[in-house]
Amino acid sequence: MSERIVGIDLGTTNSLVAHMQGGAPVVIPGEDGLNLLPSVVALGRNDQIVVGNPARKYLIETPECAVYSIKRLMGRGIEDVQDELKLFPFHLAEDLRPEEVLGIKLGEKTFTPPEISAFILRQLKRNAERYFGSGITKAVITVPAYFNDAQRQATKDAGRIAGLEVLRLVNEPTAASLAYGLDKKQNGIVAVYDLGGGTFDISILKLHDGIFEVIATNGDTHLGGDDIDNLLITIALDDIRGDLGMDLRRNGEAVQAIRQAVIDAKVALSSQPSAKLDLGLPGGKRYQREITRGQFEQLVQPVINRTVGPCRQAMKDAGLKPEQIDEVVLVGGSTRIPKVRQLVQELFQRVPHTDLNPDEVVALGAAVQANILSGGSEATENMLLLDVTPLSLGIEVAGGVTDKIILRNSTIPASATQHYTTQVDGQANVAIHVLQGERELAKDCRSLARFDLKGIPPMAAGLPRIEVRFLIDANGILNVTAREQRSGKEAEISVQPSYGLTDNQVESMILDSFDYAEEDFRERQLIEARNEAETIRSALEKGRKNQAWQQLANDERKKIDKLEKALRTAQTEEDYQAIRKAIEGLNQATFRLAELMMDTAVASVLKGKTIDQAYLGEGPAAPRPAAKADSK
Amino acid sequence: MRAVHFCSACGKVQPPVPVDYFSFFGLPRKLNIDHGLLEREFYNLSRKLHPDLYAQADSQEQEWSLEQSSQLNDAYRTLKDPIKRTQYLLRLEGVELEEQSKTATEKARVTGEVKKQVVPPDLLEEVFDLNLQLEELRMNQKTGEDDPELTGELEARKAEFEQKYAGLFEELKGCWSQWDKLVDAGNEAGRATVRDKMVDLLNRRNYIRNLVRDVNEALGN
Repeated sequence: MSERIVGIDLGTTNSLVAHMQGGAPVVIPGEDGLNLLPSVVALGRNDQIVVGNPARKYLIETPECAVYSIKRLMGRGIEDVQDELKLFPFHLAEDLRPEEVLGIKLGEKTFTPPEISAFILRQLKRNAERYFGSGITKAVITVPAYFNDAQRQATKDAGRIAGLEVLRLVNEPTAASLAYGLDKKQNGIVAVYDLGGGTFDISILKLHDGIFEVIATNGDTHLGGDDIDNLLITIALDDIRGDLGMDLRRNGEAVQAIRQAVIDAKVALSSQPSAKLDLGLPGGKRYQREITRGQFEQLVQPVINRTVGPCRQAMKDAGLKPEQIDEVVLVGGSTRIPKVRQLVQELFQRVPHTDLNPDEVVALGAAVQANILSGGSEATENMLLLDVTPLSLGIEVAGGVTDKIILRNSTIPASATQHYTTQVDGQANVAIHVLQGERELAKDCRSLARFDLKGIPPMAAGLPRIEVRFLIDANGILNVTAREQRSGKEAEISVQPSYGLTDNQVESMILDSFDYAEEDFRERQLIEARNEAETIRSALEKGRKNQAWQQLANDERKKIDKLEKALRTAQTEEDYQAIRKAIEGLNQATFRLAELMMDTAVASVLKGKTIDQAYLGEGPAAPRPAAKADSK
Repeated sequence: MRAVHFCSACGKVQPPVPVDYFSFFGLPRKLNIDHGLLEREFYNLSRKLHPDLYAQADSQEQEWSLEQSSQLNDAYRTLKDPIKRTQYLLRLEGVELEEQSKTATEKARVTGEVKKQVVPPDLLEEVFDLNLQLEELRMNQKTGEDDPELTGELEARKAEFEQKYAGLFEELKGCWSQWDKLVDAGNEAGRATVRDKMVDLLNRRNYIRNLVRDVNEALGN
């Protein structure tokens, strides 16, 4: 069997890992049995990294050591995040320069956004490894469709730092359509409206005999449930200042407590006509307030209205009118808000589908794509995803103008070739500034990278003909190659990625990351195998005192003794596979003993039980799958 | 002749060969294309060449698949759009199109410099009038004056231009059929005439599109 590939939804608020089980994708739960891993990372005692639910308490107790919504900072520079800093308690490192990767402080330590995302990914990886009882090194990770090159690259770097080979970055709405299309198997035009914790995407796809062809996509990588929370927090802080005379805006602990309370209220308001805010404040005072759904809807209207523009643009780009769209699918937790559903219904003149769990559908789709990449199965036979680049790719030309060379909504992989020459005699270098975006002026577009073509053979000005090829791969990431055509020489390109990490930086982060890993896979397997060996041996110990022991033939007892000795030896060594083999051997040999120990009436029912189960019920230490995840 | 993209025996991707977009699909250099057929062929080739199918293959095959599928996508994107298809064919025929200097157009637009663009002679008078009106409108906008009559006239002119624009497309379609017939007949000399006609139509079309855009901008549409 080829190596297992998992699908990961690395979300702003929650992250999930899923895989294909039989013909259906299922979410792999964490140790706590929950499918959603909160995307919260904290630095605990002894510099231990804590991820998920256990990290949430740090948000309140030691907020300077915890971080959430890190996805908002992926692939961004200090000059982009000024707005975010007003609303989110990110502790940025000092002395950051523009167009440079950010540093986030957790206590005394500083991490880049990809490193923090890698902690989340590593936790998901561990969850999957526990579930399968084997190592996981390959994954498909989803990104917002509207993520630019730098944000995609940062996500890929995060995967590498976490020890995952990222086989593909898949756009979130497209992934959702895969999960959706798996059940429906029909042709037609589908719009996916994806409003998550921090990002908004709209994608319009054509489904045709298993081909999922994205026709147009649009979005806003800084629009989501977080924005709604921030509005509610602002109101609460104003109330508290006005009514109770307390200014808590700089009190991180109190703001976090308020954040949690307003999120609870927001969630409640999706199913109730009103919700109560009631929380204790420093100094023993209480803040209490009731919010009606009407007030809530009025408040959030401006936020959700921001999704209208991208939806209209996507329809325009697709050359489609609302009535030509056959189905609308809702994705992302924020689409639970009735007002959002109403807006979507009005916009597309169609009742949207709500039968898929909006929190899980992206991860499930990632698992479907992972299955396709691993060679496919009966369920995914003939399925193929044709995605597009969300933003135009251009280069800066004279006058600071953007010359677009690959237009948005081009199916990827896509390429374009440009020719350059020199302006002075003997010029050896040419500088190229690569941009992404729709605006006409270079300064209004996203700077992706600055390339220097070097080593151009000395020639008169205008004579060299340098061909530069821009290639956007299936992940939506740009690759550049250049060749001087007169000399046939491969021109050397030096890349200065804006906002990104260099390969060397990623390599050194991979090394650093081992310092924070709890223990690697092999070590954990060893511990688990030893625990299991202990269990079976102690069960055998009890078995020897049982009268059933005497009922065994002499040979049989000798064989069991021998195998137990072998297990004891294996236990002291470092090879977990040898321990498992020895356990298996002893299990086989003690089947009859286990049966004899049972009451004969139930023995037939319990046939095949091993000795430890005969005593202890289901073995607690075995790394077996937890309850099958709900695929709804 | 059709380029070989994948091995017919084993189905695996082959190294890319530099071919034009028509050859990539095994099509003659004609301008009327059966869209349904092109789409089917695009899907069929995608199922053979897409990088998803080579995710576990060696790096050589992965690279070929990336190159081949980017060529496939570039070719499909160009051929499925009738204007892009015509422009592409003309370029293959060695024509330097006005549209190719779109960088210069954009630059002129942003910097406000006058771009050297030849006004089609029969439009000269109309364009002259239009520019006067646009100038007047901009003056009005500066002084805050509102002249509904002027706005109305501009709207009407815009509608006229839009009609011309649509008419040019119809003319262009006529050229495609002529071209295709000449290709079938192997008539080189006749093709040159149609080619020049198409270049002229595309330039006019481009020119009128820019006019409409200027009017829209001035009207704040």
